[in-house]
Amino acid sequence: MIHSLFLINHSGDIFLEKHWKSVISRSVCDYFFEVKEKAVDPENVPPVLQTPHHYLISIYRGKLFFLSVVQTEVPPLFVIEFLHRVADTFQDYFGECSEGVIKDNLVTVYELLEEMLDNGFPLATESNVLKEMIRPPNILRSVVNTLTGGSNVGDTLPTGQLSNVPWRRAGVKYTNNEAYFDIIEEIDAILDKSGTTVFAEIQGVVEACVRLTGMPDLTLSFMNPRLLDDVSFHPCVRFKRWESERVLSFIPPDGNFTLMTYHVSSQNLVAIPVYVKQSINFFETGSCGRLEITIGPKQNMGKTVEGLMVTIHMPKVVLSANLTATQGNYTYDLTTKVLVWDIGKLNPQKLPNLRGSLSMQAGAPKPEENPSLNIDLKIQQLAISGLKVSRLDMYGEKYKPFKGVKYLTKAGKFQVRT
Amino acid sequence: MSTAALYNDQGGAETAVEAGQESTPTSSSSGAAFGLFSADFKKNEDLKEMLESSKESLKLEAMKRIVGLIAKGRNASELFPAVVKNVASKNIELKKLVYVYLVRYAEEQQDLALLSISTFQRALKDPNQFIRASALRVLSSIRVPIIVPIMMLAIKEAAADLSPYVRKTSAHAIQKLYSLDADQKEQLIEVIEKLLKDKSTLVAGSVVMAFEEVCPDRIDLIHKNYRKLCNLLVDVEEWGQVVIISMLTRYARTQFTSPWKEGATFEENNEKAFYESDSEEKKCHTEEKPYIMDPDHRLLLRNTKPLLQSRNTAVVMSVAQLYWHLAPKHEVSVVTKSLVRLLRSHREVQYIVLQNIATMSIQRKGMFEPFMKSFYVRSTDATHIKTLKLEILTNLANEANISTILREFQTYVKSQDKAFAAATIQAIGRCATNISEVTDTCLNGLVLLLSNRDETVVAESVVVIKKLLQTQPTQHSEIIKHMAKLFDNITVPMARASILWLIGEYCERVPKIAPDVLRKMAKSFTAEEDIVKLQTVNLAAKLYLTNSKQTKLLTQYILNLGKYDQNYDIRDRTRFIRQLIVPSEKSGALNKYARRILLAPKPAPVLESSFKDRDRFQLGTLSHSLNTKATGYQELSDWPAVAPDQSVRNVEIIEPVKEWAPTVGKAKQPKSADKFYSDDEDEKEEEGSDSSGSEDSSSSSSEESGSDSDEESSESEKTSSDSSGSEQSSSESEVEQKKKRKTKKAPQKKSKPTAADSDSDENGNGPVAQESSSSAESSSGSETDSEDDSDSDSPAPQKKTETKTKPKVVVKSKKEVSLLDLDDFSPAPTNTPQSSVFSPSLLSDLEGLSLSGVSSTVQVTTSSFGPVKTYELLHHMTGKGLAAKYHFPRQPCLYQPSMVAVQVILSNSSDHSLEEIHIGDRSPASLSIHCFNTIERLEPEASVTVSMGIDFSDSTQAANFQLCTKEDQFSVSIQPAVGELLMPSSMTEQDFCKEQGKLQGMNETSATITMETANASSQAISKQVLSVANVGVVPSSQNNVSRFAGRTVSSGALVLVSLELKESSAALLTINTEKTVMASMLLRDVKQALAQA
Repeated sequence: MIHSLFLINHSGDIFLEKHWKSVISRSVCDYFFEVKEKAVDPENVPPVLQTPHHYLISIYRGKLFFLSVVQTEVPPLFVIEFLHRVADTFQDYFGECSEGVIKDNLVTVYELLEEMLDNGFPLATESNVLKEMIRPPNILRSVVNTLTGGSNVGDTLPTGQLSNVPWRRAGVKYTNNEAYFDIIEEIDAILDKSGTTVFAEIQGVVEACVRLTGMPDLTLSFMNPRLLDDVSFHPCVRFKRWESERVLSFIPPDGNFTLMTYHVSSQNLVAIPVYVKQSINFFETGSCGRLEITIGPKQNMGKTVEGLMVTIHMPKVVLSANLTATQGNYTYDLTTKVLVWDIGKLNPQKLPNLRGSLSMQAGAPKPEENPSLNIDLKIQQLAISGLKVSRLDMYGEKYKPFKGVKYLTKAGKFQVRT
Repeated sequence: MSTAALYNDQGGAETAVEAGQESTPTSSSSGAAFGLFSADFKKNEDLKEMLESSKESLKLEAMKRIVGLIAKGRNASELFPAVVKNVASKNIELKKLVYVYLVRYAEEQQDLALLSISTFQRALKDPNQFIRASALRVLSSIRVPIIVPIMMLAIKEAAADLSPYVRKTSAHAIQKLYSLDADQKEQLIEVIEKLLKDKSTLVAGSVVMAFEEVCPDRIDLIHKNYRKLCNLLVDVEEWGQVVIISMLTRYARTQFTSPWKEGATFEENNEKAFYESDSEEKKCHTEEKPYIMDPDHRLLLRNTKPLLQSRNTAVVMSVAQLYWHLAPKHEVSVVTKSLVRLLRSHREVQYIVLQNIATMSIQRKGMFEPFMKSFYVRSTDATHIKTLKLEILTNLANEANISTILREFQTYVKSQDKAFAAATIQAIGRCATNISEVTDTCLNGLVLLLSNRDETVVAESVVVIKKLLQTQPTQHSEIIKHMAKLFDNITVPMARASILWLIGEYCERVPKIAPDVLRKMAKSFTAEEDIVKLQTVNLAAKLYLTNSKQTKLLTQYILNLGKYDQNYDIRDRTRFIRQLIVPSEKSGALNKYARRILLAPKPAPVLESSFKDRDRFQLGTLSHSLNTKATGYQELSDWPAVAPDQSVRNVEIIEPVKEWAPTVGKAKQPKSADKFYSDDEDEKEEEGSDSSGSEDSSSSSSEESGSDSDEESSESEKTSSDSSGSEQSSSESEVEQKKKRKTKKAPQKKSKPTAADSDSDENGNGPVAQESSSSAESSSGSETDSEDDSDSDSPAPQKKTETKTKPKVVVKSKKEVSLLDLDDFSPAPTNTPQSSVFSPSLLSDLEGLSLSGVSSTVQVTTSSFGPVKTYELLHHMTGKGLAAKYHFPRQPCLYQPSMVAVQVILSNSSDHSLEEIHIGDRSPASLSIHCFNTIERLEPEASVTVSMGIDFSDSTQAANFQLCTKEDQFSVSIQPAVGELLMPSSMTEQDFCKEQGKLQGMNETSATITMETANASSQAISKQVLSVANVGVVPSSQNNVSRFAGRTVSSGALVLVSLELKESSAALLTINTEKTVMASMLLRDVKQALAQA
């Protein structure tokens, strides 16, 4: 299915290539470069391209293009999903997925790619199976390896692929047995000029960090599972059990993983934690503009709003900004025309305010649309939908794990139109 | 050796040249070490030496560098002889790297590659399944035609291997061999046929992939495996699922009849039980049977549905396309939510999903209309995403929502992304033509846009207005005039051309302006773009025909200019027009018809979606995405008019069902055994498939032989490989269990725990065991001590020591060796992570997890699915068959915080179904009840649990209301115990004391009580108190005092309960609350509870 993979950096250099079938010349990427040139912004490169003999399917992540070459019909999502899985694996192994890191670990990367695909068909994509075959690098091991000539390839053969639960390896041992769950909810919203909600929804994800000895069987139940409208699960979750009892029953993978993602039913009104008062004006004459933004708390369930940040993509004619912020500081990037106001914690007594003037290119017509504001925020210890975990039970193992749940609400794609 | 050396020289020289050329452009990007390295010819000599040295570490280092070269796309082929020698190395990493090299260069160095073959052949016989598999993998990846026979042999052998992993690898090898030598097709199909029969989930995905690659047209091979594949599907790994689903989609389209017949109502011809609780479906089926869905068709739909919840977007998409292409129209919409969910994923995923939604939304607006807002555009979206969202919004537009959509479009038009703004204008145009109500509004809006500053916007508006005007030209001469005025300011050629065309077409409506425009055009003709020139010529011709007096000279001037234009199209057109309109001898009869030719009424263009014809491709395919047929695209056939013989699948109807059961169990028993395929369903399926006795026996024998072989395999594995031994043995035991299960079907459900126990003894990874046996063990020991976890939150040092000792006790009693180790390593395992990982603020959240005794004990004593006490609401004798019981689930009420949640279990013990069960009048009238939704129908022997909320206003006065069915009304009442009117409240000991201090005097009720001796421990006290009142345990630093806190549900008044143990069995019970009446009642209840064991 997947014939070849090229990794291309931001400036268009191919720094890694891997072929699973016969070798395809890297000149095939020229078609891609052509489109990339035209698109200006790398985000705008269409993921699926057609060339005379091949099809190019690419993803853009961490300033890198993962470009795969396919020759025959294949579901494009299949390839895209796989490429993202590859990027996730790199992230998992090396902490980040960037050109430098990949170059530093070229051999490991190559070994990984070799194991992940056979003849272009995904073979082992489960992180725990891979980690048994190819150990992730760490400093200690690399020192030991240089001294002893040891290797980073597992010397025992992986059993995970054959196991009953392919996502978990056998013989896991910890001295501290712990299971932590982070419930992270993101508010996606579009607010219009007057502050009314055009669209809002809550997307949540349950991230887990489970370090438990043996083969624990966990059951996680919620106080109010009815809130959840649409869910998707890690393969470990027993779907039938969810359907009948609304509990998550699973044998967890070892380490960090995403247990489920969910969507909160749209019937529930979404609480918008902050309100934004803004006025951005560009004057017809004098090539300048005025900007004033105030942010205040709205429905934040009595918790503090933190990490508040406002990002504005200014029109191209805005040359500079001369503003004063009562709280936090702002930066205006002249090349990308992005104004970032980093506020931090929202103090309800003294509302943060940013005001001042914008100077524009002389003679240029005034922009007809005001730029929209992208808001970023965090609220600790709160799941804005009201979802609560009621209990976590462990069966099958006889020790007593330490359990914890953390709630976090974030702004997802939170946009205020002006 | 000599040939090798010779070769080396050549190869080396070649690469040196190549490397030299290559290093210049890339050296900047690549790491300095490698750049230097490849340019240096001697370094390669170096590598060769390293490879030939006897030290493993040197060899490894060399191979790592070589792989680095390959990764960068450099040529390292001249090292082949040196590398290939290491193929038999003992070092696994070295070996793997050599494999990587071999696979890369074998094709180029076929002769030398043959040297390695014998090593693989030997490895193929290795007792370790992983070595066999990897040997086959590499062997089949070496694209050397000479070894085709060897590969063929190896594949055949591997296909019969006992290890499913090796069989999986052989399925992969089939595709490789096929692409190497297509002549082997026939033999390969035989292998595929064999592997398709395989029962392992590991193999299924890979073999179907091979099938798709080698012989996608041999649909007949699937028949007998169809049901097995459907049933295995959930347990196959995700990538395999995608392949199987798309193959089954194609299969189903050839084998079943269309469920889409006009006004089709359909009914399954199967037993109800087969479809479990699909009550929704049952309802909509009527008695008529114009279409009967093949049960196999239904099987496919039913088994793929859970996969919509997969985390893998490709799986979700493939299920969505399966439903789109196969499901009855009214069922397709189940995929909507999942597709919309995918829009949250990565940009690339969004792109593909939006494309598919765009195609779907053309045919089925209704599917996505409720989710319209999910397609609203954000300014941060990539342009292609924006355009697709716009497309979908336009498709979804109808009379009802058009105003919302247009308002949204208004924002988009102003976007800074001008390409997107232009696309929005197109979209507005489409809405205007599709929905006649808003045509005028849109048109006016577009005219306003003509004064926009941005050129692209204006140009696009002109083009769209042109199209709109064409549909109703009569009343719009004003707009044409307006556009003519704007003409001077518009520079975009397409827009200019459009205006010219409009003026020409409707020149009779603007008789004064048209000639003037032509005059201006004559002036600027030479400087115009080609398309504008063509339209100028057109305009001139049309004016000449209608108004020759004013424009004759102008026309001739323009025609003369056109005659000498550089563009041949324009010259041609000019010549043609001249002959057509200017009468002369040469021009024939056409001249007379000039007017009719040029000024013929033209049909208005239809503005339609660019996704209109995409549905000719199967959704989710590459072809669909590109809108052209991709290589290897398999056309989805039309439904057959008459279904082919169903019995082709029927032949082995019993066998596959029976066969898969053990294998599923083997592969993924924990997940499926009791969840995905409930046992009774199994039985039903077996019964349902009209099995005669003879068939039964034959199948059971075949099943036995099947499991025998499995057993054999696991046994042999056990002896051969120690690494996988333990696991295999567990699977073996499972096979045995399964056998038992088959032989005695009836008690199988009950026997599971014991069977599973043996399983867990083996290696402790049989989750079934844990689940079923959990109820037995866990409630006793492991759960009660989880309570201590939370206790350690309390600042009291005393307790901490307790937690330290507690686990030890528990552990010892359970004889779990590993845990004793754990205890040795860290003296207080539960405490360390807390302090290090969590901030204090987090602790409050942690309590929500019911680490704290509160709910854990509550729910330990009860089961989490069936609370303590159930009260009767309506006896079935008085209720004419309708019986109702209720209990308090002790959860915050969903509907209103001041309400108490009540769960009512309604069951029908009569012999007829009850309809329209709902709540009628209530008293007192002010009583606020959140009723459950009316239950349309309750079948005999069925029961249903509904939840309602009642606001008791903190009094124990009964809530009276009527429970109504269609025919009858029954007065019932719910009298809450006072303890149920509380909500647990969590607080620290200090807070408790502080609050208690505020609630002295009048608000304090206390009594000395005598307790049953069994209740003396603090745990027992908690258990008893929590059984009567829904309160929370407050961590206590004193051993002899237990504290509980709660709030009343309705008014939120604090209720504090404390119990101080005195000597012997006496204790002082104190309740502090404002609600003194409640206090005395609660006191009574608690006293009673503690007095009994």
